[in-house]
Amino acid sequence: MSVTDGTSGARGHAVLVARGVSVELGGNRILDEVSLEVRAGEIVALVGPNGAGKSTLLAALAGDLLPVAGSVEVGGRPLGDVGHKQLARERAVLTQEHSVSFPFTVREVTGMGRAPWRGTPAADEDETVIDAALVVTDVTRFEHRAFPTLSGGEKARTSFARVLAQGTGAMLLDEPTAALDVRHQEDVLVQAREAARAGLAVVVVLHDLSLAASYADRVAVLAGGRIVAEGAPAQVFVPATLESVYEYPIDVIVHPRTGQLVVVPLRHVGEQAPASAAVHTENSPLEVDRA
Amino acid sequence: MSVDVREGANRLAVGRQRPLPTNDTQASGDGDDLPPRTRRGRAAILFVALSVALVVVALVAAGSGQLRVPPLEVLGSVLRHIGIDWLPGPSHPQGDAALWDVRFPRVTMAMLVGAALAVAGAVMQGIFGNPLADPGVVGVSSGSALAASTVIVFGLTFAGSWTIALFAFAGGLVTAIAVYLLSRSQGKTEVVTLILTGIAVNAVAGAGLAFLTFLGDTQAREQIVFWQLGSLNGTRWQYVVVVLVLVVVGIAASLSFSRKLDLLSLGDRSATHLGLNVERLRAVAIVVVALLTAAAVAFCGIISFVGLVVPHMIRMIAGPGHRVLVPASALGGAVLLMLADLVARTAVAYADLPIGMITALVGGPFFFWLLRRARRSAGGWA
Repeated sequence: MSVTDGTSGARGHAVLVARGVSVELGGNRILDEVSLEVRAGEIVALVGPNGAGKSTLLAALAGDLLPVAGSVEVGGRPLGDVGHKQLARERAVLTQEHSVSFPFTVREVTGMGRAPWRGTPAADEDETVIDAALVVTDVTRFEHRAFPTLSGGEKARTSFARVLAQGTGAMLLDEPTAALDVRHQEDVLVQAREAARAGLAVVVVLHDLSLAASYADRVAVLAGGRIVAEGAPAQVFVPATLESVYEYPIDVIVHPRTGQLVVVPLRHVGEQAPASAAVHTENSPLEVDRA
Repeated sequence: MSVDVREGANRLAVGRQRPLPTNDTQASGDGDDLPPRTRRGRAAILFVALSVALVVVALVAAGSGQLRVPPLEVLGSVLRHIGIDWLPGPSHPQGDAALWDVRFPRVTMAMLVGAALAVAGAVMQGIFGNPLADPGVVGVSSGSALAASTVIVFGLTFAGSWTIALFAFAGGLVTAIAVYLLSRSQGKTEVVTLILTGIAVNAVAGAGLAFLTFLGDTQAREQIVFWQLGSLNGTRWQYVVVVLVLVVVGIAASLSFSRKLDLLSLGDRSATHLGLNVERLRAVAIVVVALLTAAAVAFCGIISFVGLVVPHMIRMIAGPGHRVLVPASALGGAVLLMLADLVARTAVAYADLPIGMITALVGGPFFFWLLRRARRSAGGWA
């Protein structure tokens, strides 16, 4: 069940487009001529090692950062031509940080997602949309609790409920699964999947490559500010590509029962270590998978 | 644990509900765990209670003092002035004159200044995302006072009664912008930074005030000293009119953007994602805070902590939503300052205590309590 309606554009047209986007922060080039198209009805996962520029690309697509070169288009128009309010009706963003400075309740925070629609006919549906968003993120149980008293995972789910309630045609999610337990990680991506089925364009930054392989239609692998591989998970997630990007031995296997791709780092805990982790293994075998 | 009465939500959630947690209520005294209906109900009761309190306290305050007038006679006098002869006026021969020349302007001023300070506090806390922001604590009042003092010392009168208000506004605006720029880093205002910025700004403004006190003649000195303590003594209708205009404009503006302040509590970035022009809202809100602070400071001096205490109490009763917080703070501030002024002029016979002293006496410990709470919830600060 999705809280977004399926009327937001025909399936398949490009909703978010980045063309040769370069972003500099503090004099460092974080993104280097990145081009990416996200179409209605698909989930594009951004993966890559720390500092590869995933969140920066997401922020550039969201309109938070101004590129020094290239352009970003939302719904066929350059970002600069879309006003604050209009932009908020076209794309919703889930940031990594979930903080609310005053003790608003979970329901009130979710309701803030409806702000862009105030004064429009869509506002009539506010309560229904909020209810549905609370249910699918599994926060109804504590909808009257104050946000600052929640656990990290509960906060993340509430923020996700707010993003769903915004009811936009595009959704940008920056590590939505970071603070969540296994079940709620799957829940978030199932919801993203549902949203895509309803015609939304979804961009999601993920660290868990198996999650990306299972839920994304396309994967863009970033490294050093560039997209080094892009395509369907089965094409992109090959050991050679991943090992060179992450600088760590990685294997990709097919799950015997579900047939899904499973991406596993090769761990040699207690055995002979892989070359790149050898130093750590000598002193502390448990450090291997963090190398 | 609250009970969900909405059937739809329950039906949709079937199969998803897990066993009810046993320690779901983490009471923090901020209106947590209140269903929205309760919050809305509380807000309605709050507005009624505050409105009744406003009228009752105004009548009692206006009748109290060396010349006592019972509240009903005060009401009678007011009604008679607008042509309704339901109640007898003051029985004392000088009663009417005392009320209309001295008491009413003073009580009205207390109402307006209290409302201005409380709303300025609520708005400031909203834009800083920090419940410890207050025009007095962070030094906006001092900046306002410094600029207004130059009017006293140099005897400027080019805009009549408005001269001092104009300077107070300019001083408040410059300080508010400075505090904002100095205390903000990476889109956030940490409690420590805010308080330390306030200390620095208050120190600089204090130095300026000391210099002006040194420059001024005896009369100006006395005026500045008393004014730093805050007092509503000697309020005249012509001052009330100036303050009324500023307060009406300031509160109307605050009400117009009160909903947007809610979004700001999500942080700048998320607020922008929800279509809010954060920079423009901040700019407007800072001007409004300066305007309201100037309205309070211009004729009554520095009265601190009202902007801290009132919004906090309102949040505890009716939740943090600014659409309720702003108007309720205006009413609450008006009631609180009328009471404080009543104490100031009746606690000691034949003496008019500085009202800033009264509010600081109550507000200081309250501020300390808030700080301790903030430290606890932030997990301590180094």
